[in-house]
Amino acid sequence: MEASHGGEKVKSRLCSICNQRRPALKRPKTLQQICKECFYEVFEEEIHRVIVDNKLFKPGERIAIGASGGKDSTVLAYVMSELNRRHNYGLDLFLLSVDEGITGYRDDSLETVKRNEVQYGLPLKVVSYKDLYGWTMDEIVKMIGLKNNCTFCGVFRRQALDRGAALLKVDKLATGHNADDIAETVLLNILRGDIARLSRCTSIITGEDGPIPRCKPFKYTYEKEIVTYAYFKKLDYFSTECIYSPNAYRGFAREFIKDLERIRPRAILDIIKSGEDFRIATTTKMPEQGTCQRCGYISSQKWCKACVLLEGLNRGLPKLGIGRTRGVNNDHRKDDKKIDTKNIQSKPCGTLDF
Amino acid sequence: MVKIVTLLPAQHLPRFKTCTCYQFYSYLASSKILICIFSLKCSGGLELLCDSVKIHSINVDLPAEEKKLTMKHLLAWVRSNLIKERPEMFMKGDTVRPGVLVLVNDCDWELSGQLDTTLEDKDVIVFISTLHGG
Repeated sequence: MEASHGGEKVKSRLCSICNQRRPALKRPKTLQQICKECFYEVFEEEIHRVIVDNKLFKPGERIAIGASGGKDSTVLAYVMSELNRRHNYGLDLFLLSVDEGITGYRDDSLETVKRNEVQYGLPLKVVSYKDLYGWTMDEIVKMIGLKNNCTFCGVFRRQALDRGAALLKVDKLATGHNADDIAETVLLNILRGDIARLSRCTSIITGEDGPIPRCKPFKYTYEKEIVTYAYFKKLDYFSTECIYSPNAYRGFAREFIKDLERIRPRAILDIIKSGEDFRIATTTKMPEQGTCQRCGYISSQKWCKACVLLEGLNRGLPKLGIGRTRGVNNDHRKDDKKIDTKNIQSKPCGTLDF
Repeated sequence: MVKIVTLLPAQHLPRFKTCTCYQFYSYLASSKILICIFSLKCSGGLELLCDSVKIHSINVDLPAEEKKLTMKHLLAWVRSNLIKERPEMFMKGDTVRPGVLVLVNDCDWELSGQLDTTLEDKDVIVFISTLHGG
């Protein structure tokens, strides 16, 4: 997958692959100094290898690319359409975006995705929180404030992507999660003591038992290389922080990973490897995966998280489902018939927790 | 790719007419003066920290007793002169925060000695944040 050079002592002035051109970057994975042209080649070929070795796609499949307009998904859309052409994957590619309804953030990034649709010739589908849940993030934040809003957004997005993928009738969903993201998630799951997620967060394909599996072609791709690639190729991507403050807890893990990377770039791959090699004792009691009684989505509780959160919003009790209390699942009454059930009707989906 | 806003005074503009936004070089009229002119681009969201201006053309005074301007000086200058808010998003200690990519003339600064990179007239320095957005 990735050849490890211990770090080259010779400080050559030329690209260590072609030995002809001036190097333009130092690869974090291998510490090689390589030129732009060689970088494009190894970057794309490495992703091709990951796709082939892990059998991420089969010929003739319809694949949705989760597109936010950000760097990762823009590079993913670009590289996937390139590789699909170059190596005859025979895939039908689509862009799938979620409109959370965040004025001044998502509306702008959706414009980027719309330009990507034209630039890469990939059909685009946008699903919105408003249509799926009856609430935009703007409305949710107005009601609950800036605390825990990321919980709503994250839970809703996970399901929204599945709903969109089902509408597009795709076989798989590819997301732009990169190596840094995965290392960060491994750490977070250790810190939270979330054994169930820890054991699946490093899988390159998740939810294979569900109707729409997800895969991460960038699992071994460093963020630094993705950003550099986007910059050198002058790809059209959108980069602004979400206006509703970022997830602070994740932010700490992210910063820690970046600090580690500076000291030892391979640390990121090492953390992923540790996550992969984690073995959970067979005697460990794991949460049982069932389905939500209300919407049919995969859930280890009576109701899935999205239904609990939505119920809270609609009843004016937004604290429901936040934190560790499981009150709603244990003693909810039958007085919730009035909730707009057509918004959340049957959407059996795979495991998507990342 | 990005909307270009310049901080350049209008009278300087004719000089840069022929440059593309990616080769937005400024230049020094007389090399004898102890002033270097750089163009500096912020992207990946970092421009938000400096009044949403993406391209800056700047003059940096060379510190006394120094012969060459290095990235170290430049960063100190950027921090005190350009960054309008949340300097911790950009800097950590005397260098950039981990996760901020630095390119000097489109070349990874890890290849040119990071903080010790010496800068010359017409150099283009690009900072890209990788810290948010997916």
